[in-house]
Amino acid sequence: MNEASAVAAALAPAAFKSDIKPVWCPGCGDYGVVNALSKALAKLSLRPENVAIVSGIGCSSRIPAYTSCYGFHGVHGRALAAGTGLKIARPDLTVIVTGGDGDGYSIGGNHFLHACRRNVDMTYIVMDNRVYGMTKGQPSPTTEPDWDSKLSPEGTGLREFLPMVVALASGANFIARAFTGDPNGLAEVLVQAVRHPGFSFVEVLSPCITFRPEQLEWKKMVKPGALKPARDVARAARRMLRDDGFDLGVLYAGERAAYQPRGPRMAREAAELARGFAL
Amino acid sequence: MRKAKTPRTVEEFMSFACAMEVEAAERYAELADQMSTHHNREVAELFARLSRIEGKHRDQVLARMGWASCPDTHAFAWESPEGPETTDYGDLHYLMTPFHALKLAEHNERRAAEFFARLAQARLPAKVRALALEMAEEELEHVQLIQEWLARVPLPEPGWNEDPDPPNVAD
Amino acid sequence: MNRPSSAGDPAATRLASVSIALAGSGGAGVMTAGNMLLEAAAQAGYYALMTRSSGPQIRGGEAAAMVRIASCPIECMEDHFHILAAVDWENVYRFGSEIPLAAEGLIVGDPDAGEPHEIFTRSGAARASVPLKKLAKGIADGRPNMVLLGLVAGLIDLPEEAVTRAVEKTLGKRIAARAPSLAAVAAGRSAAASIERHYLLAPAARGGSERWLITGNEAAGYGAILGGVRFVAAYPITPATELLEWLAPSLAQVGGTLVQAEDELASINMTIGASYGGVPSLTATSGPGLALMVESLGLAVTSETPVVVVDVMRVGPSTGIPTKSEQADLNIALYGLHGDAPHLVLAPNSVADCLRTTQWAVNLAETLQSPAIVLSDQFLGQARAVIDRPEPGGMAPAGREVAAANATGYRRYAVTASGVSPMAIPGTAGVTYTADGLEHSERGTPSSQATDHAAQLEKRRRKLDSADYGGHWADVEGDGALAVVTFGSCTGPLREAVAAAAADGVPLRLISIRLLAPAQPQRLAAALSGVRKALVVEQNHTGQLHKYLHAECRFACEVSSLHKPGGAQFTPGELHRHLMDWSRA
Repeated sequence: MNEASAVAAALAPAAFKSDIKPVWCPGCGDYGVVNALSKALAKLSLRPENVAIVSGIGCSSRIPAYTSCYGFHGVHGRALAAGTGLKIARPDLTVIVTGGDGDGYSIGGNHFLHACRRNVDMTYIVMDNRVYGMTKGQPSPTTEPDWDSKLSPEGTGLREFLPMVVALASGANFIARAFTGDPNGLAEVLVQAVRHPGFSFVEVLSPCITFRPEQLEWKKMVKPGALKPARDVARAARRMLRDDGFDLGVLYAGERAAYQPRGPRMAREAAELARGFAL
Repeated sequence: MRKAKTPRTVEEFMSFACAMEVEAAERYAELADQMSTHHNREVAELFARLSRIEGKHRDQVLARMGWASCPDTHAFAWESPEGPETTDYGDLHYLMTPFHALKLAEHNERRAAEFFARLAQARLPAKVRALALEMAEEELEHVQLIQEWLARVPLPEPGWNEDPDPPNVAD
Repeated sequence: MNRPSSAGDPAATRLASVSIALAGSGGAGVMTAGNMLLEAAAQAGYYALMTRSSGPQIRGGEAAAMVRIASCPIECMEDHFHILAAVDWENVYRFGSEIPLAAEGLIVGDPDAGEPHEIFTRSGAARASVPLKKLAKGIADGRPNMVLLGLVAGLIDLPEEAVTRAVEKTLGKRIAARAPSLAAVAAGRSAAASIERHYLLAPAARGGSERWLITGNEAAGYGAILGGVRFVAAYPITPATELLEWLAPSLAQVGGTLVQAEDELASINMTIGASYGGVPSLTATSGPGLALMVESLGLAVTSETPVVVVDVMRVGPSTGIPTKSEQADLNIALYGLHGDAPHLVLAPNSVADCLRTTQWAVNLAETLQSPAIVLSDQFLGQARAVIDRPEPGGMAPAGREVAAANATGYRRYAVTASGVSPMAIPGTAGVTYTADGLEHSERGTPSSQATDHAAQLEKRRRKLDSADYGGHWADVEGDGALAVVTFGSCTGPLREAVAAAAADGVPLRLISIRLLAPAQPQRLAAALSGVRKALVVEQNHTGQLHKYLHAECRFACEVSSLHKPGGAQFTPGELHRHLMDWSRA
């Protein structure tokens, strides 16, 4: 296919949206993510059938069905594992894992650590609204310690989980923070994230209008361009010491090789394995 | 972060203008869907109408330039994250009234007018400035139209956003 | 048991089967000697079976290798050991219940290395002393366990060339160790002549099919690959780890991949993700791991994603006894998923059957787009056996039905007559869909409608119930008005017990169920046609199979339960006695 027809064949963002209407509350930041994702996939000249979106449970995990890509809506907290298995078995696919802060950092915390370590070539988008939306408003690992709720009156008193720091320490190869209030900016970050080899982690601040209406102030608090990509982990770590949770941009773009199964891969016939048992 | 881009030629300028209308139209259509899903029929219809209006503005630009389609908006830089006429997703509420929707539209048209007015004062070729002035005036007309529309819709009542039912659990 | 012969007795009775236990501690190398004995038996053309037992220490603990050698295929250990030969007796008494002896037996030890415990001597078995350490010291780099090996080989008249080949093969590249080892073996063999009692093996039947030396875990792994598995994600757990260790390089050879996951929750989800991508996938674990996986198995049921989980059952509940066998995961395999979640449960009933049943499980999972749990157990999984080369599959390889590109009006979960709806594989244009654990419409869109739920439940149930399982659902052997019903590793000793009962004039039918779920009430009823009394035999404390069959099947005959917990396998004699009593009751 020559350059011209390749360009002509690129799809519009609308081609990546399905006809299924999201159940999210109007005002929800996640609408911005669908918008940005469809723009990013179009920009990357991908085709919906070659993209798989894997999610867990929660409001933001509903995303796969709102796209026209292949989707896998699994169980709570295990999306990274499912996405990992899928990508290793089908390296030809573009695998994007999505979910919320509860799904990803609480029940999914262990898999998050190991996904960063494993550095499989995929992109993980977390829509962080610092609350459990789908189960009606409990604190999540990224909720402020003094946020009052029914399950934790007067707040949890626990220090917030710092996903970008954990990602950096665990080996993620690309780490960024974005904001749903800027879908175009988010789209650009997603394009970079998908293009970057290895495990790309994008923490997306996504306000929850229903349980945390105060987050509508976030658009005044975010600082676009405050993070500039570092190639050195130590440098990125020092930068995080000054982070207040609202600095946007790419924190780290590293050079670790993406996961490959170790050792040679052969193409022997299964029957040959019997030689190991035959006397 | 993207560098701010200022149109230097008539073509570039009209690309901006076109893209603005397209993005606004698509956004209004999306919001109409959201409102429809959440059973706010009145506002859904209103947004759908606004989408059609923006679509007409886009057609006007296309016709004027003899173009078949508009370029992508995200190629451009704005002061707000998205185009001046594009409604922020975060400004919605499922119980919003037509008044609220029209206030958003008014805000959009005003921002567009201000955007063009700034360009009209900028150090740009005369042709571009003239166009910018023309567009600014047009957008102001739109503001007026919206305000007339606003006058015809009832003000929101106190407690417009009160829902006796608690939020629902889905998963 | 057959009476022992005397050394040099020309009219000596030859034994069709001999059982030997080797014991010792602290790095004596008992396992190595046991493996060599097994290998020698294989080289000499015998069938054989080896199990092991050890103390809790990681190294240097007490250890026992149990080897049964026979001229016909065998699937279990005997009731008594003919020979218990020990390098030393440190804590060997702990294996007392696992190494039962009879008066016809022989206990051999090193007079300078302690005395056998009363738990062994009270059997009345003959006693013999051989100075293993002294003999070993007389050979440069000689080791007592090699002397022991030679001694035992001499006692059972295992051909020298076979022993030599076995030693060389086991030592492999360690050429320097060859001469001393073989010299020590020779010394041991000479020492055998000084012992009165012998247990001479009948000659091995030559010719016939090719033989394999394999464990149940390896057989299951190979069955998986033959079934088409090319992706495994797993977390190590006793006694499944060796299955994964065999699969890791083997999968690479055929272009597949094994990933070590961070836990069983990751294992099962990685496996499901890979399968969603179109690659037949499998994981292996034991009881505690399966318990972690059940939520995600439900996801596989509802999203209709094929996946195979091999559960190499160990003693439970909870951490239990990781190194001992039990059949107590039947309940969790059948009932562990929340909701109404029909799925496949299979159980291999011999080391060789681990290959066929796992292969079949993969095939069924792929064809029916369902999870399949394969209930192997520690006994089968870790037993090393010399078997006839297993016959290839013989099951219809239907495989996964996939959706064609751009199929119009494609609905992933369409309610079809068979219940199986074609699956769109990622990469296929025009038929994208989102797989979901949420209940859904035919299209796959999440639905809270009772009608959609009922329709999908019905579909998922029907696809399993209406599948053709052919004759593989069980092994049905023999005839008679009495029947024994079982599964898994109870089958081996039960087969021998049934043969013994038949010889005693009490014919019995044996039904070893391979397909436990979905239940096959009609097939079971047909297999039990004409049966007056049935006995369900299983290795768990609560009679799980007995209860399950009662729940799912209508019995025309009287049904009783024989069950005992894990930790000690049923023996043929124990079962034979029970069958005889039961037949007269």
